[in-house]
Amino acid sequence: MAILAVENLHRRFGGLHAVNDVSFQVAAGQIKAVIGPNGAGKTTLFNLLSGALMPSSGVVRFQGKDIQGRRPFEIAALGMARTYQNIKMFTGMTALENVMVGCHLRGRAGFFSSMLHAPWTWGEERAVLEKSMELLELLEIGECAHVLATSLAFGQQRAVELARALAMQPSLLLLDEPAAGLNIYETAEVGRLISKIRDMGITVLLVEHDMSLVMDISDEIVVLCFGEMIAEDLPAAIQKNPEVIRIYLGE
Amino acid sequence: MTTELFVQYLFAGITYGSIYAIVAIGFNIIYNTTGIINFAQGEFVMLGGMIAISLLSFLPLPAAIALAVLLTMVIGALIEIIFIRWLENPSVLRMIIITIGLSILTREAAVHIWGENIRALPYFVGNEITTIGIMGARISPQVLWVVGVCGVMVVVLHLFFRATSVGREMRACAANRLATVLCGINPRNMVTFSFVLSAGMGALAGCVMSPITYTQYDMGTGLAIKGFTVAILGGLGHSGGAVAAGLLLGVIEAFSVSVVPLAFQDAIAITILLLILFVRPHGIFGSGEAARLKAF
Amino acid sequence: MKRLLAILPLLAVVVLVQLLTSWSGTQFYLTQMTMAAYYSLLIIGLCVLMGYAGQISLGHAGFFAIGGYLSAALTTRSLVPFKEAALVRLLDGCGLLHAGRDLYGGELLVVTPWAAALFAVLVAALIAVVIGIPVLKLKGHYLAMATLGFGIIIYRLVLATPWLGEADGISGVPPFVLFFGVTVSGESSVRILNYYLAWGILLSGLILLINLMQSRIGRALRAIHGSEEAADAMGVNIARFKLQTFVLSAVFAAIAGVLLTHYNGGIGPSEAGVMKSVRYVAIVAVGGMAHLWGAMFMGVLLNFLSLRGVFGSYDDAVFGLILIVIMLFAPEGILGLIAGRKKPAATVPTVEQDGEV
Repeated sequence: MAILAVENLHRRFGGLHAVNDVSFQVAAGQIKAVIGPNGAGKTTLFNLLSGALMPSSGVVRFQGKDIQGRRPFEIAALGMARTYQNIKMFTGMTALENVMVGCHLRGRAGFFSSMLHAPWTWGEERAVLEKSMELLELLEIGECAHVLATSLAFGQQRAVELARALAMQPSLLLLDEPAAGLNIYETAEVGRLISKIRDMGITVLLVEHDMSLVMDISDEIVVLCFGEMIAEDLPAAIQKNPEVIRIYLGE
Repeated sequence: MTTELFVQYLFAGITYGSIYAIVAIGFNIIYNTTGIINFAQGEFVMLGGMIAISLLSFLPLPAAIALAVLLTMVIGALIEIIFIRWLENPSVLRMIIITIGLSILTREAAVHIWGENIRALPYFVGNEITTIGIMGARISPQVLWVVGVCGVMVVVLHLFFRATSVGREMRACAANRLATVLCGINPRNMVTFSFVLSAGMGALAGCVMSPITYTQYDMGTGLAIKGFTVAILGGLGHSGGAVAAGLLLGVIEAFSVSVVPLAFQDAIAITILLLILFVRPHGIFGSGEAARLKAF
Repeated sequence: MKRLLAILPLLAVVVLVQLLTSWSGTQFYLTQMTMAAYYSLLIIGLCVLMGYAGQISLGHAGFFAIGGYLSAALTTRSLVPFKEAALVRLLDGCGLLHAGRDLYGGELLVVTPWAAALFAVLVAALIAVVIGIPVLKLKGHYLAMATLGFGIIIYRLVLATPWLGEADGISGVPPFVLFFGVTVSGESSVRILNYYLAWGILLSGLILLINLMQSRIGRALRAIHGSEEAADAMGVNIARFKLQTFVLSAVFAAIAGVLLTHYNGGIGPSEAGVMKSVRYVAIVAVGGMAHLWGAMFMGVLLNFLSLRGVFGSYDDAVFGLILIVIMLFAPEGILGLIAGRKKPAATVPTVEQDGEV
């Protein structure tokens, strides 16, 4: 069953057609990749899916629900998590605190019980703390837990961002260029990690430039070019698709 | 309402409206080059009036006004050079707080120099009771001075931005700061110049309005919030809109006198401001696109 | 428990100050210390709003005034002329009214301090909700101007309403009997009691806010501040949290207004003035935007000095100067300068990324 269905999605910025009639589906448990040259509309597509941007027309169905017009925090509550191409850490917070914010949706403590430090919030707080530590350790950055997130190395910040997204216990994870700025060893590491995430039962949709990574891990690939969908196929078929080759290598 | 009364209110509205428009354009000039709203904008108006009144003991009126405008421009330049110029990428909140602090310091300096008394420049022509008849209404000639001077200022400013190289450089700086640097223009000097320009305009407005509206040390905040209302109403950064919005606000205020108690007059502008901010933050006359493009 | 232990040294200082003044015969200082504590209650509320939720408010004197003026007017303005009105009879029937005699022996019927205080704080909270919903959608300059505009409207209302005493303000506000034996009153016989009462309330407020900041809600607020977009994507309902924080800080301001008005026995229009709002922002800025402790410390210190008249006729100028100097040289506050080295958690709100609408 498709966890995410995109139907005839359009987004215009003035005269620019950033996403033009894109339709595809993501099956539960898949790793699906969106590739395309710079300016193909990949990040715009992600922003449309996560609710950060409103589509000009078209439908996005997540777990069978039309999420048109819902705010990002509502879509997050439905089980969609995302990371950003240019990492968005919560400045002024430690790596651990960043991940703990990811557990926000699972918490129940409100304004008053928090102010009173009410006993019934203690268990929840402890669970959030343990879960967040666990995630940091899973991503092998446990030792950075109490370091200010923005002072971490680039690769570590990516890991924190990923841990933060996983803390939401999403059913669908959107990764916007998870390997950008990483060297080949780190990229391979990220590839293994994404496969591991899929094995945890989380569906992954990723935008990526690194072809070796995409071909390695994806179950299916969607190719965008200037906002239009050129192809949707298995990795092996995409590699042989003449139009895709033309886009990437020129005439 | 009789025609006389109508014209009377209309002229009162246009008088105040011209002043609001000038304050709003002052906001716009600085906003366009820096992205800052200068909360001390109203203080320039107060300084212009106060300095001219003091200089009047030594100088004839035109010279006093000219010197007052010049001195306020120097103060504007000093404020920018001392407090703003050297900050690297200050946050908006930081700039808001700094300009608020400047506004308070200026006001407090004024109260210690000039006291809390209400002062005024003499009427440029005739005195308080000189009037001229327009469509049956009796209008002070000073009203014509205010409207005329403000009108001339707007036109000169427009020509300045269109036809002089400095004006064009300032517009370039507003449109794309990095590109101006690459063209060899120093945007910092443009910022200083924008402070000088808006200080001078405010000061001149403060001088011509002084005989009618008087000058007091704490007039700045009220003017600033009305000027800001007008700037927002006209679309921030959009000077043509500011003129239209200024006249509109002035006229609304003038006619409201017959309906709303005088004490609540300020509340009208603020209510308009709040409504505009909630409904159309890019203004009635400005488009959302233009507000982002920051055109003069 | 660890959090409560941190309060202990402060509690010791509070007691020490009282003992020192009693011993040296300078109890009169306690009066200003009491007033400074109430002002600081507003300051720490504003600190949460500015430093953690990243929202500037130039209208907090307005909320203080709503609290102070409503409780003052309700507890002093006689309802005798409306004795027969249904509402007044209903209130009387609920025991919310207090009958007495005024200075000239005339009949006096006023609202009891408790009822007036609750009403005043409730009204402040409601107004905060009503103006907060649209205002908090604004950013940067727009938010600053909108809150400044709110403050000016309250000031004008106070000045133009005879029921609120116009330029004279309201005097003769009765003491507020909190519960048996504990009264908020400026009389010198209960000076020490009131000193401890004010500080007890301030420290309780501080503990509540510290708890809040170290909870799920506090993390969400700081996350909003750190990256609004990412917080949104984590499921944080930004609009709701900003509004709740705004209302919370308005309630703190209103409570401070109520208590200080009963303590002083009156309130004047200057309490609603723009300069007061700016002063509160200045104090939060000096203390360090996101330092509850720093804000409270500076709140007490600067208000105490100001109330003692140390700044003379340069009172407002001093706060203006403080604002500029702090923002120019130490935007993280004085304590931020020292603490910032180790724990750069206290950053100035960076509105710049999303400063424009």
